[in-house]
Amino acid sequence: MRRALGTVVAIVALAVASGAPAQSLRIGLAADVTSIDPHYINLIPNNNIAEHIFDKLVRMDADSRLVPGLATSWKPIGATTWEFRLRKGVKFHDGSDLTAADVAFSIDRVARIENSPGPFVAYTKAITAIDIVDPTTIRFRTASPHPLMPNDLSTIYIVSRKVASGASTEDFNTGRATVGSGPYRFVRYVNGDRIELVRNDGWWGGKAPFSGVTFRILKNDAARVAAILSGDVDAIEQPPIADLTRLSADPRFVVVSKISHRVIFFNFNHLERSSPFVTDRDGRQLARNPFRDLRVRRAMSKAVNRTAMVERVMEGHASPSGQLVSANLFGHVPGLEADAFDPEGAKRLLAEAGYPDGFQLTIHAPAGRYVNDEKIAQAAAQMLTRVGIVSKVETLPMAPYSARASRQEFSFHLLGWGASTGKASSPLRSLLATFDRDKGTGAVNWGRYSNPALDLLIAEAVGEVDDGRRRGLLEQATRLAMADVALMPLHFQFAIWATRKGIAYAPRTDEYTLAFQFRAT
Amino acid sequence: MLVFVIRRSLQSVVVLVAMSVIVFVGVYAIGNPIDILINPQADQIDRERAIAALGLDRPLWEQYLTFLRGAVTGDLGRSFVHSTSALGLIVEKMPATLELAFSAMLIAIVLGIPLGLWAGLKPDALSGRTIMAGSILGFSLPTFWVGLMLIMVFSVMLGWLPSNGRGTTVDLFGVPLSLLTVDGLAHLALPAPNLALFNVALLIRLTRSGAREALLQDYVKFARAKGLSNRRVIGVHVLRNILIPVVTVIGLQFGALIAFAIVTESVFAWPGMGKLLIDSINLLDRPVIVAYLLVIVTLFIAINLAVDILYSALDPRVRLSEGGG
Repeated sequence: MRRALGTVVAIVALAVASGAPAQSLRIGLAADVTSIDPHYINLIPNNNIAEHIFDKLVRMDADSRLVPGLATSWKPIGATTWEFRLRKGVKFHDGSDLTAADVAFSIDRVARIENSPGPFVAYTKAITAIDIVDPTTIRFRTASPHPLMPNDLSTIYIVSRKVASGASTEDFNTGRATVGSGPYRFVRYVNGDRIELVRNDGWWGGKAPFSGVTFRILKNDAARVAAILSGDVDAIEQPPIADLTRLSADPRFVVVSKISHRVIFFNFNHLERSSPFVTDRDGRQLARNPFRDLRVRRAMSKAVNRTAMVERVMEGHASPSGQLVSANLFGHVPGLEADAFDPEGAKRLLAEAGYPDGFQLTIHAPAGRYVNDEKIAQAAAQMLTRVGIVSKVETLPMAPYSARASRQEFSFHLLGWGASTGKASSPLRSLLATFDRDKGTGAVNWGRYSNPALDLLIAEAVGEVDDGRRRGLLEQATRLAMADVALMPLHFQFAIWATRKGIAYAPRTDEYTLAFQFRAT
Repeated sequence: MLVFVIRRSLQSVVVLVAMSVIVFVGVYAIGNPIDILINPQADQIDRERAIAALGLDRPLWEQYLTFLRGAVTGDLGRSFVHSTSALGLIVEKMPATLELAFSAMLIAIVLGIPLGLWAGLKPDALSGRTIMAGSILGFSLPTFWVGLMLIMVFSVMLGWLPSNGRGTTVDLFGVPLSLLTVDGLAHLALPAPNLALFNVALLIRLTRSGAREALLQDYVKFARAKGLSNRRVIGVHVLRNILIPVVTVIGLQFGALIAFAIVTESVFAWPGMGKLLIDSINLLDRPVIVAYLLVIVTLFIAINLAVDILYSALDPRVRLSEGGG
């Protein structure tokens, strides 16, 4: 307690002393930042702050393509070794040089973080050994060919070996160990309230337009909108869809959006056993699980009018989807469209499958996890009811929802997936590959879909070093899964920002809100 | 008096243990924080490792015993998502919430008791009726709606006051307070009345009915017959006698203000304990939830004790006996 109070005292003293910088940017964030330690927990809001303070070897551009970060180039040397060449002359905020030793230290630190509920180890565990060739050359060795190395390393933030040795997560929160090389330096972090940063004028990527930035945590949608309307902040992320019309119409504000990497879809239960959430029209549990029949899955996909869903429920701020990743992302299949709305065809297919009168279904959806998730489920229920699948909706908060969904308790449930690696291998491997604890596949395959042909294609793609061939394999796998309606994509969410007039933001596929990408116009 | 306090403390320990068991079982039943915290790309083995790292793979009773062992030494565990001491997190947020609750209670007392007294003295006058009609609004309007309306009018339309957050703080005996700065008061000017609204209405009604009842009592008639001034009759004889229920309610409501400032805190993005609790529940951050509830229960117990002691000061007939309270 004494320590916590001491921290607060120090923070307050600092704030009073520094005051607000003149050219400062104030941004309202929609989610809580739980820690400043860039290796403690892999949560997007935390990474969003880490992006400002720290650098990574490889970065992602606004379209989720890999671009040089601290590494200027990288190439595989032989089958199981990758070589990265580092940018020369990069300095940490404390003036010391950033070298290969700091990179090695950071990757090692990821594995040594204890008690993390969401560690980054998934991205570093392929590395079996690190060779520091010289201060600007580093090699990573792996047990088997690992084509995704640059991708994996695009998630690991580089900290200073000198400062962060032995540092705890708390040392990062207080700023003692928060020395990075990124475009902004850490000033202070008030848990649940704000993060203040000041520009690093010597950043290798060029001076950021604003000399300082204050991120405010404004989780409540109405509070976030009120904050930009009243001028308390200059920009907000994720303005609620219901307020977008008003914000766009107001000449004082600008709304920008971009198709994001997040696909919203329905998962089928593919198990043999039928669940209590599918019954016949009289409420009796069905003898067999109807979703094991491809005709039923196709019928349901045809019964949902995605265009109407996007226009009405999402008010145009989404794009109908017939696959796993949006255009621009690696493995997107050009021309693979969503199933057309065809209620008659759906009814025919249901009759063929032996359900001329349809059946009763309970749709499950999380409440407040994805944009308008409850409304999406409601709309789908109405559309399915129209073709004879009499549906009702049950929603619950994400915590119990994910627990039950991961135990296959639901028959038909709503989920979202952000392909944060920017590649189709991410959803294919996690959502659709057969669940296999030891191979590490299908970790979120909550419908327990299993298709040996698809598994083979995915395994081949993940081990393929040649980009062109890998892309081909991923496209082939996506086509196969979508023809089998392994899951039912609905739409790609839009990432949306609202700014005060005079400030521009280039929207990003990965939904990050990066202060150094804001410009004064 | 001493026996009374000791007895109360022992009862409190039982309540605290019962509370922690209920929360433990409750949070355990909801699910596993790893499911929502871990990066979705992680495979099953990574998930199991993370679960084991937090000790969540152990049987519930074992997890609870580990917690108890720490709790005895004053360590209520580390937050899963913040990786800092759960109690430390709460203590860090406590000044903000206490300040908000205190300001709201002050507004409620300063407005509620005089207005209630006025309405009790002049029940048929237009002013008395207006006060009572206003108190109905205070009761029935939902806090979050009033909060949003306050923001719409004073921040968005008029631009007079900031819409969210806590203002500049200065340290008083090591506690950061925003009550002492102009910026801090400006930031309090909307959330404090918002939180106070319900209690203003409550105190108005309570004081009014108490005053009306007291005015009919013999001692008031006697005091008037003795020729005491109206001021002294009301200020001393009436007010003092109606204060006992008012103090009880103020005590209980102060606890409620602290514990349930959540709505106001989220509408105004006030960085207090209530917001911390909601965030922790959403992420199933059990150590913080348990620590928060234990702190709140302790607060309630302390407030009740203070109320009991205040009683005896207000009414010499009340004695703090072993069985009392």
